[in-house]
Amino acid sequence: MELLTIDIAHMLAGALVLTSFMLLYQDRLSGLINIYTLHAVILSLSVAWQAYYQDAPHLYVTAGIAAIFKALIIPYSLRRIIERLGVHRTVEVVGGVGITMLIGIFLVALSLVVMLPATAAADPLAREDIAFALAIVLLGLLMMVTRRNAVSQIIGFMSLENGLVLAAAGANGMPLVVEISVAFSILIAFIVIGIFLFRIRERFDNVDLFELDRVRGGRS
Amino acid sequence: MSADLFMVSNALVAIPAIAAVALAVEPAYRRSAVINVCASGATFLFALVLLIVEPENGGYLFVDDLNIVFVVLSTFIGFTTSVYSASYIDHEIETGRLTSTNVRFYHAMYQSLMCAMNLALLASNIGLMWVAVEVATLTTVLMVGIYRTPHALEAAWKYFILGSVGIALALFGTILIYMAAEPVLGQGYDAMVWKTLMSQAPQFNPRMLNVAFVFLMLGYGTKVGLAPMHAWLPDAHAEGPTPISAVLSGLLLNVALYAVLRFKMLLTANAAAITPGPLMIALGLASLIMAAFMLYRRGDIKRLFAYSSIEHMGIIAFAFGMGGPLANFAGLLHMTMHSLTKSAIFFSVGHIAQAKGTQRIADIRGLTQSQPALGWSLVAGVVAIIGLPPLGIFMSEFLAVSSTFARQPLLAIPLVFGLLLAFGALLLRTTGMAFGAPTPDVGEVKASMLPLYAHLSLVLLAGVYLPSHLVTWFQNVARLLG
Repeated sequence: MELLTIDIAHMLAGALVLTSFMLLYQDRLSGLINIYTLHAVILSLSVAWQAYYQDAPHLYVTAGIAAIFKALIIPYSLRRIIERLGVHRTVEVVGGVGITMLIGIFLVALSLVVMLPATAAADPLAREDIAFALAIVLLGLLMMVTRRNAVSQIIGFMSLENGLVLAAAGANGMPLVVEISVAFSILIAFIVIGIFLFRIRERFDNVDLFELDRVRGGRS
Repeated sequence: MSADLFMVSNALVAIPAIAAVALAVEPAYRRSAVINVCASGATFLFALVLLIVEPENGGYLFVDDLNIVFVVLSTFIGFTTSVYSASYIDHEIETGRLTSTNVRFYHAMYQSLMCAMNLALLASNIGLMWVAVEVATLTTVLMVGIYRTPHALEAAWKYFILGSVGIALALFGTILIYMAAEPVLGQGYDAMVWKTLMSQAPQFNPRMLNVAFVFLMLGYGTKVGLAPMHAWLPDAHAEGPTPISAVLSGLLLNVALYAVLRFKMLLTANAAAITPGPLMIALGLASLIMAAFMLYRRGDIKRLFAYSSIEHMGIIAFAFGMGGPLANFAGLLHMTMHSLTKSAIFFSVGHIAQAKGTQRIADIRGLTQSQPALGWSLVAGVVAIIGLPPLGIFMSEFLAVSSTFARQPLLAIPLVFGLLLAFGALLLRTTGMAFGAPTPDVGEVKASMLPLYAHLSLVLLAGVYLPSHLVTWFQNVARLLG
């Protein structure tokens, strides 16, 4: 029974890593938002499973935040935003998909190599969860550097943040997890509102960050 | 006694929080500027009380010798900047660059920032500190973008994304610290509290601490503005309102540095973990030399001094990385002097940019003739920041260099090289702006010189005579830092 519990936790965390890979190669914005929704749903399941396993009711709150805020509200508002901005077209991927995926695999290997020996003493559940969480964080960073589009960079950041919530939930009995996930949700809400309020479309004609770079021309 | 302290350290967080709410509902900008000054002044007074009462801990806040230094410094600069900000904002309203709604928002955010910074400095556990640093980042992002120009939005966006990635990495490090502490201290709150962490540090899993420190160093290091994670800093300084540039350079960078120092102490306490010093030395030297080269090609006056901030944070990180009583003392002194000097420079730069209507260095000439008070104080500030005697920064840089020579002579070479490089660049740019035939002014500026003079005279005083009280206090803290 113990083994099954651990297996389920690992399956969910592994599914999150796989979904992160799907984010890496998806090149349409609406597709990205769909995959991000999936990412958030799996996160919520994973955190809920941790809550059950650790018998920590406060983690259900974190799972609830993930389900309602990240899987419903954020995707809905992002979809509204890209409709308003009229950017349903293809996202340009800097660097080839193949190379990005290879780097991604390398990053996952790296996080396993770094984390597993370091956490040898921790209990098996937390141990592999934290390695998966680091992989998700690094894949999120990779996505942020390979994309030039503001919306996909944000999705990269949000997937990174999901990795952090997974790590926080996996750390046995860590206090303040709920507070931290609320603080992060506020941050993300600000980012999403930010794209809208900053009206990148209005000022730069599109949400491509190359345009932001262009604005800097001649300034030093 | 302990009851007093509870009240005092709570007040440091509560006063700005209450003021932020009051300012959010106060529509008249002149009155809100007065409230802003009063609240910051009161916070500073309470910080001074901390010096007198016996430090005792409890609850979510705690006070020890290390964070008192930071709290007193940051509340003092918070206070002087609020005085400066009143005249700066007045001018921005008159010229129509900001509306009164903008200013209402600005003042509320200013106090929120003060609240978040005091909370980060006083927090007794690593989770609360992280949340406070995150809130401080958010409020500064909102203030950087307040002019709503494309440049300001770009700067705010860049700061937002890089800052968020930084604090995300810092959170991962924080979680790892908890996981390292949990087998020893048991599940729950104890494994996140500084005091218990420090006392049990030798028993933590060293490999876990190593990985954690790398994340914490990169994460909080982004907020310190260390190369190569510094990209947000020049934009954020150049495009936001100048009081915010002063607060960013003078305070927020220090708060992030405080976080790094705390974790450094934790790692030093564990003999089996890596020594954190070399990592800080490497990042510090990289920042110093990169920024020193970048100084030569700057065309924007606020960007120029933003790069100078990166340079000085590099020196400070280097000094703390060297460790030992002397280098730590140099680091503390340099941090204090840099905060005072750099905010003074930004005070004068803000008014200069208002008087000339531009931030372009090429369009600013002959300041000492057209704006004697501002021009000469800029010259004085630059003389201080490049480290000429008899001012305070000369003292701290001299200490840093000599302690490096004594222990690692080879490391002193890049340090001195970077210092000289930056010296030349700032001298070159400033002589151009300060002397020669003056360029015309576009408007009258009612400059508030008092905060500026206060900072500069403190820097001069520290260079000429350091009170023995201060020296013993800093020596204690330096020993604490290991």
